[in-house]
Amino acid sequence: MNASYIARSGAVASRILDGEMVIMSAVDSTLFSLNEVATVVWQAADGCTPLSEIVTLRICAQFDVSPNEARADAEAFVEELARHGILLVSDRPMVGVSPHASENS
Amino acid sequence: MSLMQELNRKALRLGVPLSVHLDLTYRCNERCEHCYLDHQDLGEMTTAELQSVLQQLASAGVFFLTMSGGEPLVRQDCFELIEYARALRFNVKLKTNAILIGEREAKRLRTLGVEQIQVSVYSHRPEVHDGITKVQGSLVRTLDGIRLLRSHDLKVTIANVLMRNNFQDADGVRALAQDLGAHYSLDPTITPMIDGDRSVLRYRMPASELPGLFHNPNLVGDVESFCAPPSPVDDDVREGLPCSAGHTSCYISPYGDLYPCVQFPLPCGNVRRQSFLEIWQSSAQLAEVRSIRGKDLSTCSSCTHLGTCTRCPGLAFMEGNMRGPSIADCEKSFARTGIPSKNLEAKRASSMGPAGAQGLIQIQGVAIAPVVGTVPRAEASSART
Repeated sequence: MNASYIARSGAVASRILDGEMVIMSAVDSTLFSLNEVATVVWQAADGCTPLSEIVTLRICAQFDVSPNEARADAEAFVEELARHGILLVSDRPMVGVSPHASENS
Repeated sequence: MSLMQELNRKALRLGVPLSVHLDLTYRCNERCEHCYLDHQDLGEMTTAELQSVLQQLASAGVFFLTMSGGEPLVRQDCFELIEYARALRFNVKLKTNAILIGEREAKRLRTLGVEQIQVSVYSHRPEVHDGITKVQGSLVRTLDGIRLLRSHDLKVTIANVLMRNNFQDADGVRALAQDLGAHYSLDPTITPMIDGDRSVLRYRMPASELPGLFHNPNLVGDVESFCAPPSPVDDDVREGLPCSAGHTSCYISPYGDLYPCVQFPLPCGNVRRQSFLEIWQSSAQLAEVRSIRGKDLSTCSSCTHLGTCTRCPGLAFMEGNMRGPSIADCEKSFARTGIPSKNLEAKRASSMGPAGAQGLIQIQGVAIAPVVGTVPRAEASSART
């Protein structure tokens, strides 16, 4: 996996409902419902933590999943949300991109 | 089942208020003749009070937030409140007449990530629109505002309330919306004033004109589907909920009063005196609203339209009984399908005199019911219910 950093777009609405994150893009009004694992990735997308670290320290540590599987799933998830402009992806840390560092509600 | 339906179902199961309509003010820079509000400021919530309410709503799980009025932009702190709401990650929809939208305001709304802006337009003809708003030049200013919003790629819905003096202009407003790149929705609903005064109902569109409206493909899309005869009523319908009001949505006035819906003025509590969640979870009035199922409705429970009628419990409440029919919706169902509702049949029977029957559509003194058709939005999985 290339070193990549992910940050939540400011142009979305989000809310946790029953442990799962609901997101709606203000750009194209697309609605997403994230499962428990994807919710953890979303909450960790602060622009400063490498995706590889999120996979290792958050996903593999909390869920019964192999590192390879977790990495593949995380990359596919990030790619899909990035396509809709929901997640921003960069090969460098992004400072001040994600206006709401805490994303727990 | 769409993702939105799934979301609503989950919210219903969990008792989460998914959507809240929050009026920031009743003050307005227009004086629309049919408006259901008194435009005096009788003690609006302060910035701090509204911020506290927004925090409580976010904690309670509210996702869709409609900020409206009156004209919300007459509040000096309107953008501060929108920014606060967006920081709490609400999906924000703003209802405005767009008169106060300039380049700076449009840009700010885009930057803040407001998802949608709804603007009322009554006619494509200035003399008709301005005649309704009682503000000379208001159509030009409103359209200028919409153009600025669209230039910043903001999604705009033109809400076309249809009344006695403008229903002939629906096609014109529809075309105008298309030219502006805006969505279009029409609504022949005129509701009594929030204090119960029914005098504004004189502006309602004649019921005799509803069939023409509902059979116009430019306005409702697939006429065959829209005007299809009602489906057979089954147990799911009889056990079903009348609408989301009080179940997954509610309304909060500028004074903190909480109602099931903006069209359902049943006071359930006040967020200045109690927490939002306390009212949402403990209000006896909300409990009563939530207890009602299709099978509990007087008259409507045995009506063939039960499963497809747009019956509004709030309008029924304003007509005297939240479990009763909303006559305006009976008229709509009849205008769509040509099949009279149980309630209309009963009224026809009771009005039959020696000289013969009165026409069904001559029933007067009621409001016309809610939105009847909207242009589909480009949504992958976000059809709102």
